[in-house]
Amino acid sequence: MTRTAAAIRFDDVTLGYGRRPAVHHLAGTIEAGSLTAVVGPNGAGKSTLLKGIVGTLRPLEGAIELTAGARQRIAYLPQAADLDRTFPLNVYDLVAMGLWSRAGLFGGIGRRDRIRIEEAVAAVGLTGFERRSISTLSGGQMQRALFARLLLQDASLILLDEPFTAIDAKTTADLLDLVRRWHDEARTVVAVLHDLDVVKRVFPETLLIARSPVAWGDTGEVLSAANLLKARRMIEANDPHAEVCDRGAA
Amino acid sequence: MNGLFEPFTEFEFMQRALVGVIAIALGSGPIGVFLMLRRMSLTGDAMAHAILPGAAVGYLVAGLSLTAMTIGGLVAGVIVAVLAGLVARFTDLKEDASLAAFYLLSLALGVTIVSLRGSNVDLLHVLFGTVLALDDGALLLLATISSITLATLALVYRPLVLECVDPTFLRSVSRAGTPVHLIFLGLVVLNLVGGFHALGTLLAVGMMMLPAASARFWSGDITLMTLVATVIGMGSGFVGLLLSFHFELPAGPAIILTTGAVYLASILIGPQGGLLWLVRPGRHLEA
Repeated sequence: MTRTAAAIRFDDVTLGYGRRPAVHHLAGTIEAGSLTAVVGPNGAGKSTLLKGIVGTLRPLEGAIELTAGARQRIAYLPQAADLDRTFPLNVYDLVAMGLWSRAGLFGGIGRRDRIRIEEAVAAVGLTGFERRSISTLSGGQMQRALFARLLLQDASLILLDEPFTAIDAKTTADLLDLVRRWHDEARTVVAVLHDLDVVKRVFPETLLIARSPVAWGDTGEVLSAANLLKARRMIEANDPHAEVCDRGAA
Repeated sequence: MNGLFEPFTEFEFMQRALVGVIAIALGSGPIGVFLMLRRMSLTGDAMAHAILPGAAVGYLVAGLSLTAMTIGGLVAGVIVAVLAGLVARFTDLKEDASLAAFYLLSLALGVTIVSLRGSNVDLLHVLFGTVLALDDGALLLLATISSITLATLALVYRPLVLECVDPTFLRSVSRAGTPVHLIFLGLVVLNLVGGFHALGTLLAVGMMMLPAASARFWSGDITLMTLVATVIGMGSGFVGLLLSFHFELPAGPAIILTTGAVYLASILIGPQGGLLWLVRPGRHLEA
């Protein structure tokens, strides 16, 4: 994997549902090859922000710009993936989905691809589980399989939405090793997280958000007690009778 | 043995009926499996209702014409499927609700048109089919529909499976989700329109859903599941036609009742979660 130019620019973007913003007037840049945590209270707009980056949610205002080619090379792991676990599919086939960008509709899966799939399965510690139905996997095993799929996607921009929720410490540590590996390979990683200890230990940069951005930059500085308190108060100050926002009106 | 094969060697109408049912099973089996796996089993039923007024309008315009009724059914079904699909994709309304709304509208519109013409339309054959009176045109139509279905499924198989199992992932890597969904709904309509010529609009859904639901108890692999569903459909067609011949039962219902019997047997003895295996699960494995 060569060093890539993937980066995200938020151009005063507002994302939301209906007319109600979930992310309000965010401006800034995520540099290529950076490792950024997005933190904030529940309802702060963290998952919405990732949906906006992936392009499954259109901005209400402003824009999110990705560098050329990056949009084709995004790997996205949504929160509690809305994956049908009852579907008759085994681990091998689930992981193989990561080859979509290469194989597409009709592309064959050759010997090299099969080796890559086996390597990805081994990298997440699921060797021997290849033929197991996904319906029989535990939460942690499922998350490992989804990380194997991410590995195969070979993306320059990797978006993770609460990837370690309800996962045991060993699995979290193993998957964090993969996140570090992606960072070492100069991939851009953006992860929504709640565990601030993990954020402080692994992520050099942090965006603290509470619908509106609270702080963004060096993790140590962003996660100050004052900023965290401010974020909490901003979320609690939700106004059910909000006026029309005129900040973006020119 | 004579009783098994003689009806088909002696009577051309039985041969035609068997070929027609085999063609329907080839298309409807895989479609039913995907409908079931996408938790859209009742969508087939709703679509059958949506097709009915279109076929009725075709009948009013051109009489008992295969072409007119097929086109009428297709147009009504596709309009309802596309509108329901688009509303579900781009608004907060779920697909089941939008489909229910549109098929009810379609049904009401069809009944209104029929009433305005003041004609007492004989729709019995639309409702219950004419599997024992399939002419060359009908057989050609059924064969064409099953061929189109299998070829299209082969083309969209990957994104269709992805759309079923992990639609968010598909949306993040491709824009194929919406077109594939609409193509799939189109295939549902096509197969129902084909099925109503033989089995009637209401029973055609039976050849889609009963073999699929049965197959779920026999295999945990999607490819095998579609094969099992198709074989169950074909086998039920064969047995149902025989029962109809020997016991003078109406052919369409006899076929669907046979499929229903296979379904009940599958619930009891199917190795993938059948009741028998729940009662006698066998010794557990090593950890």
